[in-house]
Order: sequence, then C-alpha cells, then structure tokens
Amino acid sequence: MLQILGKTQIDFIGRRKYAFILSGFLAFLGLLTVVQIFRGEANLGIDFAGGTAVQLKFDQPIRIDEARRLLEGKRFVDAELQEFTRDNKLLIRVKKLTTIQERVSERIVEAFQEGFTGNRFVIDSSTEIGPTIGEKLQKDAVVAIIVSFIGILIYIALRFELRFGIAATIATFHDVLAVLGIFYVLNKEINLLLVTALLTLAGYSLTDTVVVFDRIRENLRQRRRDSLEQVINNGINQVLSRTIVVSLTVLLSVIALFFFGGEVIHDFSLALLLGVLVGTYSSIFVASPILIFWKGHPGKLLKRG
Amino acid sequence: MRRGIKARALLILSTVVISGVFFLPSTPIFSTMPDWWKKYLPHQGLNLGLDLQGGIHLVLEVEGEKAVQNVLDRAVLTLKGLMDEKKAIYTTLEKITPAEIKVEYPSAESREAIKKLAAENFPALYVREASENRLILAMREGEAQQMKDSAVSQALETIRNRVDQFGVAEPLIQRQGQSQILVQLPGIRDPQRAIALIGKTALLEFKLVADDHPLAAQLPSRIPSGGEEALVKRFEGQILPEYEIVFEREQDKQTNQVSKRPYLVNKQALMSGDVLTDARVSIGDFNEPYVSITFDSTGARLFDRITSENVKKRLAIILDSAVYSAPVIQERIPGGRAQITGSFTTQEANDLAIVLRAGALPAPVNIIQNVTVGPSLGRDSIEKGILAGIIGTLLVVGFMAVYYRLSGLLADFALVLNVVLLIGALAALNATLTLPGIAGIILAIGMAVDSNVLILERIREELRLGKPVRLAVDSGYEKAFVTIVDSHVTTLITALALFLFGTGPIKGFAVTLSLGVSINLFTALVGTKVVYDVVNSRWKLRRLSV
Repeated sequence: MLQILGKTQIDFIGRRKYAFILSGFLAFLGLLTVVQIFRGEANLGIDFAGGTAVQLKFDQPIRIDEARRLLEGKRFVDAELQEFTRDNKLLIRVKKLTTIQERVSERIVEAFQEGFTGNRFVIDSSTEIGPTIGEKLQKDAVVAIIVSFIGILIYIALRFELRFGIAATIATFHDVLAVLGIFYVLNKEINLLLVTALLTLAGYSLTDTVVVFDRIRENLRQRRRDSLEQVINNGINQVLSRTIVVSLTVLLSVIALFFFGGEVIHDFSLALLLGVLVGTYSSIFVASPILIFWKGHPGKLLKRG
Repeated sequence: MRRGIKARALLILSTVVISGVFFLPSTPIFSTMPDWWKKYLPHQGLNLGLDLQGGIHLVLEVEGEKAVQNVLDRAVLTLKGLMDEKKAIYTTLEKITPAEIKVEYPSAESREAIKKLAAENFPALYVREASENRLILAMREGEAQQMKDSAVSQALETIRNRVDQFGVAEPLIQRQGQSQILVQLPGIRDPQRAIALIGKTALLEFKLVADDHPLAAQLPSRIPSGGEEALVKRFEGQILPEYEIVFEREQDKQTNQVSKRPYLVNKQALMSGDVLTDARVSIGDFNEPYVSITFDSTGARLFDRITSENVKKRLAIILDSAVYSAPVIQERIPGGRAQITGSFTTQEANDLAIVLRAGALPAPVNIIQNVTVGPSLGRDSIEKGILAGIIGTLLVVGFMAVYYRLSGLLADFALVLNVVLLIGALAALNATLTLPGIAGIILAIGMAVDSNVLILERIREELRLGKPVRLAVDSGYEKAFVTIVDSHVTTLITALALFLFGTGPIKGFAVTLSLGVSINLFTALVGTKVVYDVVNSRWKLRRLSV
C-alpha cells in the first residue's frame, strides 16, 4: 500500500506553544481586518461600498499607465485599475458613491473609445451599484455569516461534548480570521465572493476537525490509562495520513480552479486554497491542543456512543 | 447489506438513466428525439446564469411617493375645475404639504360644496380639520400605502409589457421587497437601449401652448442645450402657477448641434396617454418616420372637443416633460387619430411606439443596480470553467488511482457517477448554472472523493489489524459512515445559509455544492459498496488492491 506517511510519532502537543504563537498572530491579523472594515479603511468591493466597475477586453495589449492617464484626464482621479495581461483585459473600478444618473460606466467607455482609437474593445461586463443596494448586500452577508455560525454551533452541541465543541468552534473562527487577514495584507478586494469562500471554508474546516476528533474520541474510550497528551498525540498521528490525503484531494481541485478558472473566480479560488491549508493546520495544531486546556472528567468523555 | 445486490445495482443504473433523461434537453441531441419524447418527458434542461450567458440584471426602485403626490396634484386641479363649474367661491385651494390640501372660503355654503365634491370624486381624501373659513383635506393613511403598493404592481405590469414587445427570450421580471422590481434579460445585445426603454416614465400629455400670453413673446426662439434651468429661473416670478415653460429638442442636421426651443404652455394637461389604444410607426413625406396614435372612444371625443375649441392654436405633445412637437390645430379632428412627428430615427420611433403602447409608468423608477455581462465574457467563463473542471477531475482521478490502486479506480467511478447524477439533478430542478456554480461542482468533486478516502483509509487500518478482506471492507464502511455524514452536514449548513441570503451567482454556488455533497452520500456509500459486494460474493479475496 502506498502511504504518504508511515507510522509517525510526532509530538504535536509538545510543540503547541509555537503553534499558538503562529495561530495567535493569524487570528489577530483577522481581527484587525474586521476592525478596519468597520472603519471603512479596508478594500471593500463595490458589492458593499457601492460604485461602478467596468471590464473591457481589448484586441491588442493595453498599457495600464496610459489607461490611468487617460482616466485622470477625464477627471476619474480615484479609479482603480487592474489588468489581466493574458487576455488583454482591463478592469476599472470607481468606488465613489454615484447615482446611476451620472452614467459613470458610459462615460468610462466613451473615454476609452476616444482615447484609444486604434485599439478596439468589447465590454466584458459593467456593474453599477447604488448605495442602497450596497447596504442591503452588506446586511445579507452579515446575516448569512451569523446564521452559518449558529447552525454550526447547534450541530457541534448535538454531536460533541462541550469542550470538543468549543475547541472545534475556536479552530473554525481562527481559520476564517486567518484567511481574511491574509487577504487584507495582500490588499485583495473584500466582496461577496470572498464572503462565500469564507463561509465555505468554515464548513470545510469543521469537517477536517471532526475527522481528527472522531479518532481522539474513539481512543479516549479505549485507552483510559494513558495521559491525555499521549492519547491526543496518538490520535493525531493515527489520522495524520488520512487528514492529509483528504485535504490533498480538495486541494487538487481548488488548484485547478486557481490556475485555470479565469479572472472572475481567481480571488475566490485563492481564498479556498488558503482555507484548505489553514483548515488542515488548525485541526492538528489548534483544535486538538485546546483540549489540553480543558481536562474535563476522565470518565465522562462522550456525549454519544 | 450484502443482500439485495441486484436491487442496489438496479437503483444505481436507474438513477443514471433518469439523470440522462433530465439532462438531454440541454444537449443538441434533444432536437433529434421523436415527438412523443418531447411531449411526455422533460423538455427543459439546465439554465445558464447571466454571468455565463451574458445579459442585464437591473434593480429598479419605484418612487411610490410621487404617485401619491400626483394624485394630490390632480385632486387640486380637478377640484378647482369642479368648484368653478358649480360657481362655488373659494379664496385658496392649494397643496400645502406633500400630503395635504388647504382650502379657504368665505361662506359655509362653499364649505359644504367642497366637502361634497371631495367625497364624491376623491374618496381617498378625508377632512382632517374644519373651521369657519378653512378646511384641510388629507390622504387617508391606508390609502397612501395602498397607492404606493399598487404603483409598484402597475409598474411591474407596464415594464413586463414593454419587455414583451422588446422580444427577449425568457426574461425575469419580479417584485423584490416593498418597492423594488428586479428585471433580468438574458442574452441581450443592446443593453443601453433596453435600459432606456425600461426606465422611461413615458407620461404622454397634450397641453395648449399659450401663444397669446404676453410672456410668450418675451421667450427667445432658441437657446443652447443646457440653458433650460437658467431660463426658467429668469421668468420664475412672472409666470402664474397655471403656466409652465417646457422645451423641444432640436438638432441641426448639418452641424449636429443640439438646441432647445421654449414654449409657454398651460400646466393643466388636456389629455394624457392613458386614452391611447394603439401607436404605430409610419414613414412620412420626407422619408422621416413618425408615430401615428389612435385614441379610444373617450379620448376621441375629448380630442374632438379640444381641436374644435382651439383651432389655430398650438397643441404641444409632451413626453416626460419634453416637447416632441407642437403643431398648429388646423381644424376640428373627430377621427380619434393623431401623429407625433419629430426628428427621430426609425429605432427611436419604434421605441416610442413601444412605450406608448405599453403605457406610462405610474411613478418614476430609479435604477439602483445595473449589472451587464457581455456575451464574450460569458463564453470565456464557460470555457475556463470547463477547462478547470476537466483538469481538476483528472488530477483527483489520477491521484486516487495511484494512491489506492484498484480501489482508487473504484472511487473514481463513484466520482463520475456523482457528477452525472449532480448534472441530472440540476437539470431536473431547472437550476441556474453560474460561474461560481461551476466552481461549486469542482469543489464538490474534491470533497466527494473525501468520503471514499475515509472509507479506504479505514479499510487499510482494518487490514493492517489482520482482519480478512470481506470483514475489513464491511467494518471499514460501517466505521467511516458516521464521520462521512458529519463532514457533509457541516458543509451543508454553510451552503444553506449562502443559498438563503446569497444573490444570483452565489446562490448558484450554494446549489451545486449542496447537491454535489448530498448526492455523494449516495454514491460513496451505496455506489462503491455494491462493487465490493459483487466481487466478494463471487471470489474469496485474500488481498485487496487498496
């Protein structure tokens, strides 16, 4: 049988201090991002902030600095530009709250028609979002997040004893905050697709943690004589191979999305990619060690058989 | 579970066939099927979302407030007319707030007259205050709300009529919330024109031009475009409230310069567009298109009276406060027909005819969200989605085959089964496939294999403990079952939240992910176990390729 790892005896619990430092840092980054979002200082997409986005596909390559100068000349001083050189595409975003009356996207298109007469283009997409819709989308996103977490908490409460549940929940929160924080550092846009990716990875990270916990729970049932650290360590080592393979298969499909899925879902796939990596890490290095903090009753270890 | 192998195999086979039948309409093969197939079996396949098909997504906000205000404005004008007819005396009759009308009068006789007229003609109003010389009429609370509500329903109907005439396949027009309308037009090639057509209030009014008013002579015959506001301000103090200045757009054919021509008109419209029964485009003398309109019997009579009473005066034909033309009434017109000329292109004339036929919107609408996806991006997205899907599947399939050998190939078979059933389920539900939806399918592929990994790892463990093959397989499935269910439930929870609160593309993702994961419970457990059982019942295996 082909095995990625043989019988391992890694002392995960012993290394937990280093893990906590790294995890603490990532979680802090995530919290910082949340604060920045509320302060309006984060890179919010037009889904949430309102504004206009126009994506154009040119016949020939276009120079982004020329495009920027053209737009500034037409008084679009705070336009954000992003290029996709592979397909000669240019994405222009204007975050200011404007009314549809102001025809921002039309004016942008006209500007390019005048300024780059040699280079023909088609309009890939144009999105104009007024302020009221932006607020509604924000509210919907927050509600979706809250509902998800309540659902997860209820599920955990039903399936696991309290300390397992809390450990799993903390690990999941950590994963979402970590990916959010990394996106903030990379200055990627925070929009609805990102929220979708975060919620998806929350669900998935829990899956991963459950796989590890199932084994630990089984072992605790059988080996009452070993210390808690030993049981947990053994448990993790036993499922290490399984955990890694499970994450690897999802990783393979997400990698395909990331490299070949196109620019529309590029950031989305990146979030999922990071999410899978962080999720696996947290099941091993965050969720399990938390159990150590909470000894609980040695005899009473399960909610259900 | 070893029993019923035949039953389980049959179940799997039939689900595959059913999926195929549901998916068939989305493929070109469908058109070659015999008629009875198309009649009795499913004929609607998969829908493509706007991000894959191209098209427009609009959210419109109906300004219900204005509808209410219009009613009050009309009430003021009508009451004045009626009071004059009955020769009842009043000193003021005007709107004081957006929702109240104040009437002042010298005698109790007038008061009774007003109360009676208001009650007869405008039951939505009630007397809020009454004193010796003063009355306040206000709109009933429920009435205002109802009016706003019906303004939205009416707007919905009107927009639907306009879109129908525009000829879009499978448009989506529905109410969203209290005062919003969602319009989705897939595959549309001229988004600007469609948006203009939908958002136009299209209020048609006929107003008399007040050429004999002393002010009319002071108006310039032409001003440059953009100077309308300044002109109105200049004359503001001098115009009585019964009049207003409106403008006609003129474009010089040679210089293409746009200028505006002011008219002083009576504010009270003599007729409005709701008496129109038809509007058609015809070509006139100089190859110029014009729109000929037909009135219903009420409109025809009204038009007859107006034209007979105002020969030699000019009648301004106004759409949304812009004058289209102001021809001189040469003679009485009893026939119930008229022509709207102006310098338009054939397309403009066509669009005008469409909005006149469909009717005016009861209140103005604002576009608060406008997402347009061009067909090139749509095609691009489909191609990239399929490419990523194929590569992702190959990577996963390859890995499983290498790592778990024959059992891995079996798991791959379950994977393919999963995708087939997933696509069939999407087609059966007429679900809409979006680009994130395709991503959801690809993600589901990765997660689907996880179930098999859990089972196979468990089987490996049991084998290592020395159990015989058959037993190892059985207990592998048994013990892994709980973990598999757990892992799928957690993914389903977040997918459900996304489905409930997400918009279009995100909903698509939630649907494909949930379906993919749910179907996986079937394929991973039932699908693969059948094969093991068949093999085990025929041969006694000593080793398992896993």
